[in-house]
Amino acid sequence: MAEMTHTPVLDVAVDQPLVVNMGPQHPSTHGVLRLLLEIDGETVVRMAPDIGYLHTGIEKTCEAKFYQQVVPMTDRIDYLCPMTNNLAYCLAVEKLLGLEIPPRGQWLRVMLNELTRINSHLVWLGTHAMDIGAMTVFLYCFREREQLLRLFEAVSGQRMMTSYFRIGGVAVEPPLDFFNRVKAFNDAFPEKVDEYEGLLTKNPIFVNRLKGVALLSREDALALCATGPTLRASGVDVDLRRDLPYSGYENFKFNVPTSTVGDVYARYLVRVAELRESQKIVQQALEGIPEGSVKADAPKVVLPDREKMKTQMEALIYHFKIVTEGFTVPAGEVYQAVESPRGEMGYYVVSDGTAKPYRVHMRSPSFANLQTLSKMCEGRLIADVVAAIGSIDIVLGDCDR
Amino acid sequence: MALTPAVTDLEQLKEHPEVACLLAWKAAAVEGAKFDRNELSFYIGRTALREACTTLKNDSALQYDALSDITCVDWQPLTPRFEVVYQLFSTVTKRQVRLKVRLPEADASVDSLTPIWQGANFFEREVFDLFGVRFDQHPNLKRIMMPDDWEGHPLRKDYPVEGYR
Repeated sequence: MAEMTHTPVLDVAVDQPLVVNMGPQHPSTHGVLRLLLEIDGETVVRMAPDIGYLHTGIEKTCEAKFYQQVVPMTDRIDYLCPMTNNLAYCLAVEKLLGLEIPPRGQWLRVMLNELTRINSHLVWLGTHAMDIGAMTVFLYCFREREQLLRLFEAVSGQRMMTSYFRIGGVAVEPPLDFFNRVKAFNDAFPEKVDEYEGLLTKNPIFVNRLKGVALLSREDALALCATGPTLRASGVDVDLRRDLPYSGYENFKFNVPTSTVGDVYARYLVRVAELRESQKIVQQALEGIPEGSVKADAPKVVLPDREKMKTQMEALIYHFKIVTEGFTVPAGEVYQAVESPRGEMGYYVVSDGTAKPYRVHMRSPSFANLQTLSKMCEGRLIADVVAAIGSIDIVLGDCDR
Repeated sequence: MALTPAVTDLEQLKEHPEVACLLAWKAAAVEGAKFDRNELSFYIGRTALREACTTLKNDSALQYDALSDITCVDWQPLTPRFEVVYQLFSTVTKRQVRLKVRLPEADASVDSLTPIWQGANFFEREVFDLFGVRFDQHPNLKRIMMPDDWEGHPLRKDYPVEGYR
């Protein structure tokens, strides 16, 4: 018998690191994130995120729109928390205008913002757990999310792209049974969080996949411009709702969960604790919501009620003027930051005194937080990359804008 | 809340610790300051930017330890054309401040802040991509949003919003 010869299939030196593409069509990249992984065996040596697949030029488009026409654009940036984006933009323009919103409008905005935070965190929790292999939690989270989407639909007519906030308040007074429905959801919610935690927090498979994985130190988190739960889980106690209160957040009592560990598990615990805090804020908003108007009394900025338009000449004129020529905003610049579910969502709006913004820039938390990923993953296993991506909770629409 | 006129006189702004700190550091580098709508912003000389950030970061009372944002505004046809805008935040005092650098079109470049905050990386790449402003000593100054072979810088004012370029 002839001697067996072995022909190598690949003519490459084995000691060279291998470059692997992860994404952009990878289920665990939460959208269209592409990661270039340089691997040595199972270990990630270097990682470079590649983004821009969802870049739609929203900042450019805003410059060609009236101020009020920008609101629906902001929904589409971070599609998991449209109301937070609406709020940040509206607050920025209101600051430029020097416009004060009546308390009822502010409280309603806070309530909806916290429901949005719960909604966003539920999507994060479900998908993050599913990445790790816990399928059931995903179904539970989406069960509650469905109720939230129905609440958003009740208030705005839309499940996801709500566009409910307006410059000068909110679009309309919510329907009559809205607060009862929010109350029913909110009262039942703590038990649901117990249910998720029962499935995950002490589950040995889940804990072993997360503990000590993708560590981010306090110094690195600050140097890499991380914000939100990613920063708080690394031991920096910053929450813009408490530190730079906006929209009446100073009237609410809530804790800011932090951790000093800085691993994926710490970020999980921080976000789950935030779910409970948000529930408390919604509770307070429901109990103390003041009576009055949900819109500011600024006829040149806020569209009049339909009823007034039919009976009053001025209302009709103002409506016509706002819709056809917009409203002018005094020249100036503001940076309005709000605490989105992912971190600091900042709107930098520059006005040149006309009816269209001269420049709208969104400082999006996903964009900044994504930079921490390389630090978290280099030197660790490929399997941990999936856990790390889930733990920074990025939304690529927010990232690419 | 009615709008109050912006204060731009450095003498009147001296009670703000940021103004006092930067004037004590290098008064010549502070080209102007403005307090408007409760927000404080500075114009800083382009060569002094990095040092100004280090000063604000290391000042024991101010401790501006976090970089929130970097962006740019195109003021064409005014000159200098570009204004690069930096938002700083202190996680200790929870204050915000804005630094701005004016750059001419012919030589639109400024020192990168990546030596102070690594996280400036993406922000500066974005400004480079969309405005064409260069950042000196940036570790990886490549396009980030647009494809690598894209021509032009979309957020410049002479780039049309729709239609053909």
